[in-house]
Amino acid sequence: MALLNSLEELDKLKQELLSRKDPNKPCISICAGAGCIASGAGEVIAAFEAEIKKQGLSARVETKGTGCPGYCQRGPVVVIYPEEICYLQVKPEDVPEIIEETIKGKKIVERLVYIDPDTEEKATLESEIPFYKYQERLNLSNNIKIDPKSLDDYLAIGGYSALAKVLFQMTPEQVIDEIKKSNLRGRGGAGFPAGIKWEGSRNAPETTKYVIVNADEGDPGAFMDRALLEGNPHSILEGLAIGAYAIGAQEGYIYVRQEYPLAVENIGIAIEKATEYGFLGENILGSGFNFKVMVHQGAGAFVCGESTALMTALEGRAGEPRPKYIRSNIRGLWEKPTVLNNVETWANVPMIINKGADWFTQIGTDGSKGTKIFALVGKINNTGLVEVPMGMPIRDIIYKIGGGIPGGKKFKAVQTGGPSGGCLPENLLDLPVGFDELVQAGSMMGSGGMIVMDEDTCMVDVARYFLNFLTDESCGKCVPCREGIRQMLKILTDITEGKGKEGDIELLEEIAEVTGTAALCALGKSAPNPVLSTLKYFREEYEAHIREKRCPALSCKDLIAFYIDPDLCRACMACLRKCPAGAIVGAKKQIHVVEQEKCTKCGTCFEVCRFDAVKKISGEPVPPPLPEEERTLTRKGKE
Amino acid sequence: MDEILLTIDGKEVAANEGMTILEAAQKIGIYIPTLCHHELLEPYGACRLCMVEIENRGRIQYVASCLYPVENNLVVRTRSEKVDKIRKMILELLLAHAPDSRDLKELAEEYGADRNRFDREASFCVHCGLCVRYCAEVKQKFAVGFVDRGTRREISFVPKIAAEECWKCKECFPLCPTEALQAAYVYVQDITAKSPFKLVL
Amino acid sequence: MDNATIDQIIDKHHGEASSLIQILLEIQGQNHWLPKEALERISERLEVPFTRIQHIATFYKAFSLVPKGRHEVHICMGTACHVRGAQRVLETVEDLTGIKPGETDLDLKYSLEIVNCLGCCALGPVMEIDGTVHGNMTPATTRDALKKYE
Ligand SMILES: Cc1cc2nc3c(=O)[nH]c(=O)nc-3n(C[C@H](O)[C@H](O)[C@H](O)COP(=O)(O)O)c2cc1C
Ligand code: SF4
Ligand code: FES
Repeated sequence: MALLNSLEELDKLKQELLSRKDPNKPCISICAGAGCIASGAGEVIAAFEAEIKKQGLSARVETKGTGCPGYCQRGPVVVIYPEEICYLQVKPEDVPEIIEETIKGKKIVERLVYIDPDTEEKATLESEIPFYKYQERLNLSNNIKIDPKSLDDYLAIGGYSALAKVLFQMTPEQVIDEIKKSNLRGRGGAGFPAGIKWEGSRNAPETTKYVIVNADEGDPGAFMDRALLEGNPHSILEGLAIGAYAIGAQEGYIYVRQEYPLAVENIGIAIEKATEYGFLGENILGSGFNFKVMVHQGAGAFVCGESTALMTALEGRAGEPRPKYIRSNIRGLWEKPTVLNNVETWANVPMIINKGADWFTQIGTDGSKGTKIFALVGKINNTGLVEVPMGMPIRDIIYKIGGGIPGGKKFKAVQTGGPSGGCLPENLLDLPVGFDELVQAGSMMGSGGMIVMDEDTCMVDVARYFLNFLTDESCGKCVPCREGIRQMLKILTDITEGKGKEGDIELLEEIAEVTGTAALCALGKSAPNPVLSTLKYFREEYEAHIREKRCPALSCKDLIAFYIDPDLCRACMACLRKCPAGAIVGAKKQIHVVEQEKCTKCGTCFEVCRFDAVKKISGEPVPPPLPEEERTLTRKGKE
Repeated sequence: MDEILLTIDGKEVAANEGMTILEAAQKIGIYIPTLCHHELLEPYGACRLCMVEIENRGRIQYVASCLYPVENNLVVRTRSEKVDKIRKMILELLLAHAPDSRDLKELAEEYGADRNRFDREASFCVHCGLCVRYCAEVKQKFAVGFVDRGTRREISFVPKIAAEECWKCKECFPLCPTEALQAAYVYVQDITAKSPFKLVL
Repeated sequence: MDNATIDQIIDKHHGEASSLIQILLEIQGQNHWLPKEALERISERLEVPFTRIQHIATFYKAFSLVPKGRHEVHICMGTACHVRGAQRVLETVEDLTGIKPGETDLDLKYSLEIVNCLGCCALGPVMEIDGTVHGNMTPATTRDALKKYE
């Protein structure tokens, strides 16, 4: 590919690409995201390739391994163009039939399409499936359309036209004005307005400036940045180049966690290709603008997602946040003005430039514009990535898109904002998602993790879980964070182990207040949030643990017991055989009994019992076992 | 250099641009407790004992005075209910590590901190970083550094450098507010004596 | 790992101190752990104090200062897996292998790590052994899966 040296050459190339493309040529897109690969997408892709080759269809049919379209629950996901037929949970065995029926015969393979679990209605097209129907997928919808390793694919959907537009039709100030007007707020943390951040850097006197993509994605329940990086890396590069042009930077970094090898690979290929075509490098598209991008792999530290720690890490040191009270858009990487934005923030930029701030501000609420991608996970029927307009009630996300809670269980809480966020209870389900709305409710948007919890989830344990995560992930430099988290975790652990005492809740609140005010960086300042929000909405669960030694969710191991209801036990031996601790006594026709001293509370018996005879109890004494002579099973009720 | 006017505990102070609140307070003889601060070293901001309350255009904030640069019209309160609460808790958290530290005990008295509020922790170190920074910034020997992170963070000597340099210097020893440095040094002497060529990380 | 290989990696990064973490990652990737001789070599070549390397090598999770076992077992402790019972999976593995996260057994058979969100939350709780994802784990299936690795 020769370097593109002008706008005309770019237009010519795009024309060429479009004319070469036959809109009626079948294309089989198979999601190759982490979730689908884990469900066997690799084998499915191989099967398609082999079958197409076998049938000599290679010239007539295209196959693509693409980025994640979001519906991880029903992976591997296959979409067939041009009709956009969507097949779910495809297995290698299904491949010959799909080729035969759909590709050659233009017929639908009925058993692979979406069937609504309630109405049993079928949905053949992607856009008809409820999971997708209620979303507004400005960013994610492209993932399934393009091969992330192909720049031509990106160009074919209009890629790099926004970069061309800013380079030839807009001044840097105009770009900043447009972004400010769009009120694009950061998608990675606190929701700071991107335009204002950019303007600060633009106006800083130094001539060397930097732009950075924060792709550290450390929230332990989130993977939307990964989907964008793996699935559509050029959109991020394009946004970054636009930002660089706007603030006057010539160098950019992508800080991506090494735990995402495919993202590292795809972004690397994207940089290479973009440089080859002339979208990066010297004199981009002949405009005189120079911009080069480097990839830096994060070596595994949640705190490095914090902006100043990330910059310290980029400089080759242990990622401790900087203590100075000076914004990094004024003095950041190597002490130079630096704009750091999240992956999703950058990905929104080309769209805003192409379609205008006025278009963008039509979507969303007063304070939060555009869409947000959430990782909808936990106790939810449709796990996956969902992109919704800001302002959608959480209830709609969970029930309309997510399909509600599995197993007929009751909803208890939804956690947003990762380790810095909080848990929201049922009565806040109608809260519209937005930056300010979530903060007011005691949580935050964070990077977009949305973990659904049901009645089996213990809220004290959830708080303990996050604090445990943070004791390991705090950098350990400042006292309120390191020591405050250490002590809060101890108290929470005690409570979940039945060693809680009166005064613990008050002590937690006192430490939380000090850590929240006095810690050096936002990790420490927000570390108490999981504790405070669960205390705010689920205080009675804490009290039950402390006062009654009872875990209402029947989840805390030290506070529960398993016992077999003699009236229900059929002496089938299932639990007895499976118990890894050998804690169940009994025999054929002998009602089984759990020996409490031996029981490790792994719950295996509870899961294998087909007669609901195994009971989980908490806060009450275990009923004494039947005397041995009464254990012989007499047939009851059956005759 | 521009002069900056601010108020600390009701007193007007004229400070130079670039000064910290701590320096401005010291200039007029107002005492703010510190632990990780040292004149010869870069400000570090780790102990957070020096937190003060500031008011700027009606907004109240809590900041580390050893780092926060003076601003015109800033109103600073070096003691307030909340500031005292923060310092008391920080002292209690640290006393769990170093219950016999003289510096901490004195401050504990002032702020009513209870040295038995939390159970005793295994390590004496309060992570003020004075030894590490002094060795790096003043002596430039890098004989002692931090390892690990979070609650497992510790100081650790590099045995080879320690064996060559420390016996003739030991200038960091009096800086340590606890016995942690002594303990770490004795440990490293021990292991170098046993296997002088083996590095232990 | 010999000095020539280390030098090669350092040279690839132009011997720049700011590339320290990238260099360490590359060595970790090839060698699966960071021998102290390698760290000393890097300290010398990049003119970076050993204390800094020691801090980095212990600060970031990707690095190991001891050799790893033949099989790397990763238990996802992401929030989604946690609420679906990842703790039980971890306990089962700890029980069976006798090691805790971050450790390697004496026979160098298994290294156990906990990781955060592998991005396959739909399959949670998830365990990854040598890069292969095992989904919807229970104590019983964990036992069976682990047995397959020798
Ligand atoms: C402990 C901690 C971890 C963070 N992790 C991330 C992260 O993984 N990704 C991210 O984009 N932002 C993260 N942030 C937020 C960043 O500090 C920063 O605000 C953000 O990247 C700025 O980009 P934005 O304005 O586009 O959101 C984290 C913040 C803290 C305090
Ligand atoms: S708040 Fe925590 S992570 Fe932030 S600097 Fe302090 S110890 Fe480090
Ligand atoms: S003296 Fe200011 S933080 Fe320690």
